Parts: sequence; C-alpha cells; structure tokens
Amino acid sequence: MHDLIPIPALGVATQTIGTITIAENAGVALASVAARRGRADICADVLTSILGAVPDVGKAVLHDPEAGFWMAAGQWMIGAPMDTHEDLADQLKAKLGDAASVTEQSGGWVVFDITGAAMPDMCEILCNAPIRRMAAGDVQRTMIHQLGCFVIRRAADDHIRILGPRASAGSLHHALITAATAVA
Amino acid sequence: MIIDHPLLGPRDSAEFTYMGDARLIERPSPDSPDAAAAFYDYAYLRDNPAGWHRELWFHEAGDRSWLVVTRNTVTHEISKVEFASDVARAKGRSK
Repeated sequence: MHDLIPIPALGVATQTIGTITIAENAGVALASVAARRGRADICADVLTSILGAVPDVGKAVLHDPEAGFWMAAGQWMIGAPMDTHEDLADQLKAKLGDAASVTEQSGGWVVFDITGAAMPDMCEILCNAPIRRMAAGDVQRTMIHQLGCFVIRRAADDHIRILGPRASAGSLHHALITAATAVA
Repeated sequence: MIIDHPLLGPRDSAEFTYMGDARLIERPSPDSPDAAAAFYDYAYLRDNPAGWHRELWFHEAGDRSWLVVTRNTVTHEISKVEFASDVARAKGRSK
C-alpha cells in the first residue's frame, strides 16, 4: 500500500483578516438521510437514538460525535468527525436499513468555519440569511456567490459554519476572503 | 417579492425558480383515445391571465420543494402557497 495523505477540498491555510478567521475544516464526514415513504417514524426513532433528537425545520442538533441538520421535509444531513466516522454513510445505513436512503456527502461539500467579532457584518454582505436573528443551531440554505450553501449558526455567538459545493471550493473561499476584507 | 413558504416562512423570491403554470401537474393519460389532442393542449396551450394565476415555483436555493403559488400577475400579491405534492395527492395522484 502507498502511504497516501488525504487531500482536503482546497488545502488553504487558515487566514485571519481583521477580527475574522476563515478556516477550511477538512475534519467533517457528512452523509445525507432521506426518509422513505411511510417509514418516517422508524427514521425519526433511529435519528433520535443517534442525535438525541430529530432536527426540526431550519434547525441543527449540535451533538457529539454525530450532529445533524434539517435540509428538507424528511431529509437531514448528518456530520461527524472524519477521524472516527470516515464511513459515516455505512454506519448510518446499517442503523437505518430500508427506512431511509443514505448518501455519502463528504466528497460533495467543502466546510468553512468562520469566527470573529465582525462575522455578522461579513455574513450580511455574503448572503441573505438573517444572521443577527439566528440563534445557536439555526440553519439556512442560501446563495453565496451564486452557490447554494448551508449556513449553520454554531454554539459560539461569533461562529458560523458554511457548507458549500466542494467543486466550487475555490470560488466560495474567494467570496469569503473578499467579504472579510470588505468589513475588516 | 416574498413567497411565504409553508415550512420555512417568508423567503425572497430570488431563492425560487418559476417553473410554469400549475396545470402542468395535470398531465393527461397517454392511454386515452384523444391523447394526441390532450398532449397538444398540455404542452403548448397556456392561459395568460391578467389577475390570479396558479403557478409552480421550485425552491432551488432552499429546501428544493416544489410549490403551487397563487399569485396575482397584475399586483404580484400572493394569496396562497401550497406544496405541489399535496396538490397532486389531492387530485388522486400517488406521487
């Protein structure tokens, strides 16, 4: 076997601009869960056993090690640390069986963590998520730089996590840097 | 224009894509004897009302749901927003 090193979507260094820090987070494994028709109850039971609760509309359940957020009616995105849950989709499928369709999503998304006092100012020029009204655990899908992204308001008041399309990671990072520079 | 999404609440119409007349849900049966004429109507003929119109909107930058939006084409007032799946099932469709 070759001694292969996993490659993140971008591999850019963490940047601090003014008070804002933009970091690519390559440590998140993702998988989506879509309840099959008539099996929503079973799906909800399994998700409750994994996360502690089923994420409500527009909400995340910030739980360790697995966390999850609502994407659409009967659809959720589950995330967990890559180190321990690289096969997250397989783990979920084993628990959910025929109750849900599970799709590996780690290869589809790039994850950026944005922290800092000016984060809300930056978020306001990036997208139309009402960032100052969002509480910890609120999630909104929105357009950033013409890309459909998820904006997750994390536990800390100055922390948002943005999930964007991995193939456009460079464009999204450029948009983040531009916005951070504008408010710095 | 703001569309009041049944689950997500008021959302900017820029997040949505207009997908045509809501009558597109009522696809004719290909087995009926007048299928050719029915499909000609279905594919090509549209009303263009100045007033209330039922339209399909796709929440592309949101939860990807299809909605039936009742909108006044003159004033842009929106009186009703429903899930297209609910509308189709109410018409006896299974999906």
